[in-house]
Amino acid sequence: MFIEIKNLSKVYNKYFAVNKINFQIEKNKTVGLLGPNGCGKTTTIGMMLGLVSPTGGEILIDNKNINSFRRDDILKRFNFASPYVELPKKLTVKQNLEIYGRLYGIKNLNSRINEISEDLEIKSFFNRKTGELSSGQKNRVSLAKSLINEPEILLLDEPTASLDPDIGDFIRSYIQEYKLKNKVTILLASHNMNEVERLCDSIIMMKKGKIIDSGTCEDLIQKHGRNNLEETFLKLARSKNEL
Amino acid sequence: MNFSKIYALGLRHLYLIKNSFPRLLDLIYWPTVQIFLWGFISKFFTLNSEYYNNTVGIILTAAILYDFLFRASISFNMMFLEEIWSRNFTNLFIAPIRIREIIAALTLTAILRTLIGLVPAVLIAIPLFGVSVLNLGVPLIFLLISLYLFGITLGLLVTSGLLRYGPSFENIAWASLFFLAPLGCIYYPIEILPNSLQFIARGLPLVHIFEEMRSILMSNSVSYFNILKSISISVVYFIFGVIVFYLSYFGAKKRGTLINMGE
Repeated sequence: MFIEIKNLSKVYNKYFAVNKINFQIEKNKTVGLLGPNGCGKTTTIGMMLGLVSPTGGEILIDNKNINSFRRDDILKRFNFASPYVELPKKLTVKQNLEIYGRLYGIKNLNSRINEISEDLEIKSFFNRKTGELSSGQKNRVSLAKSLINEPEILLLDEPTASLDPDIGDFIRSYIQEYKLKNKVTILLASHNMNEVERLCDSIIMMKKGKIIDSGTCEDLIQKHGRNNLEETFLKLARSKNEL
Repeated sequence: MNFSKIYALGLRHLYLIKNSFPRLLDLIYWPTVQIFLWGFISKFFTLNSEYYNNTVGIILTAAILYDFLFRASISFNMMFLEEIWSRNFTNLFIAPIRIREIIAALTLTAILRTLIGLVPAVLIAIPLFGVSVLNLGVPLIFLLISLYLFGITLGLLVTSGLLRYGPSFENIAWASLFFLAPLGCIYYPIEILPNSLQFIARGLPLVHIFEEMRSILMSNSVSYFNILKSISISVVYFIFGVIVFYLSYFGAKKRGTLINMGE
């Protein structure tokens, strides 16, 4: 298995933000991480990115504990995008991509920047400061940054939150296409059920720090006797007892 | 150490200055105002004080050296705060750059920011007040090294506080140097301090730096032993600062504050 999460926990002052979760992700698959706000999705992603130290458990990449890698060796295989994390606002789009390209040690950086900028249609505002862009434009730039190193593992935290339907669809289509053309394993945290159904091979449902269910979208919808993923999500999120 | 990554992080801060004229102006403005203020005070004391008579510009030279320390420390803090303010903190800390490379990048870039601000002010002081820090001769280089190391150490301690307590620690960033200034004996000899404070002050490199500066300008004598002592103390503090920074980083990972920084 490419990514294995074993008994992973994070405790803050006796409060379990993440409570002994276990899941696996096969190489080049996309897994959705769903759950109500505060269920532990972002903490889980934070632990995978090395931003948060787990209280217990382990994260294995290719059967090796993530802590056994050198920080820069493991992080160059990852990348991350979230509308809640921004790029320096006073730098132009091009400057930001250049800086992150250099930090990720990208060879032929100019051609990589050109390629990704054309794909994500950001060239027209290449020389504008990132802080002056619209949400949709910022989102595309953030996605460009997250793909600059052609990561093996891409973590996306609500990549289309607060976007209009047109731009949201553009981003989803782009990720869908990118997955087909590139070898990438994606963990996608989202509240948009259409997005999850469209992009994910399987999903993990979290609640109060625990995984309460997992499987393919179709399996979960069927298992819980609902018509779609949104209804399934609501059933699981509102259930008083864990399933 | 990967120097291309250190360069990349430095470039991020240079682009920031390049893209914003007000930011550049801000870097130059404060040191220049300081030089004007202390230049006139220095001139007054030179004409009216027995202690400073016949020795033009001791106070102004002290002000310039102190400003060098201040700018070095503030530059380090500012660059770190920029990442928090721009909500770029997460992107930086998930990039494949080692913590020591982040420290190295901030340390090396801080010198550029410091010089951008201070060189024009130093040059203005020559024709306007007839004072040049270059009068300190070769020891100036060593005094600046010691000051710079100590300034960066203060920067490291403040950024450690930012990692530990979050952006609310920002005010301490501005206050940190003013807290140490009275003990640094920048404008007066150490004998002015009460005995108990003299003991503490001698544990700071500042006292040795500024005592040496006065000794060079007033009696034209250089004690390389004192200069070495000040550098040694600064190195010890610097190592302490790096250790505290690492501890704060690991503490922040444990508390999960890295992921929310800037929000």
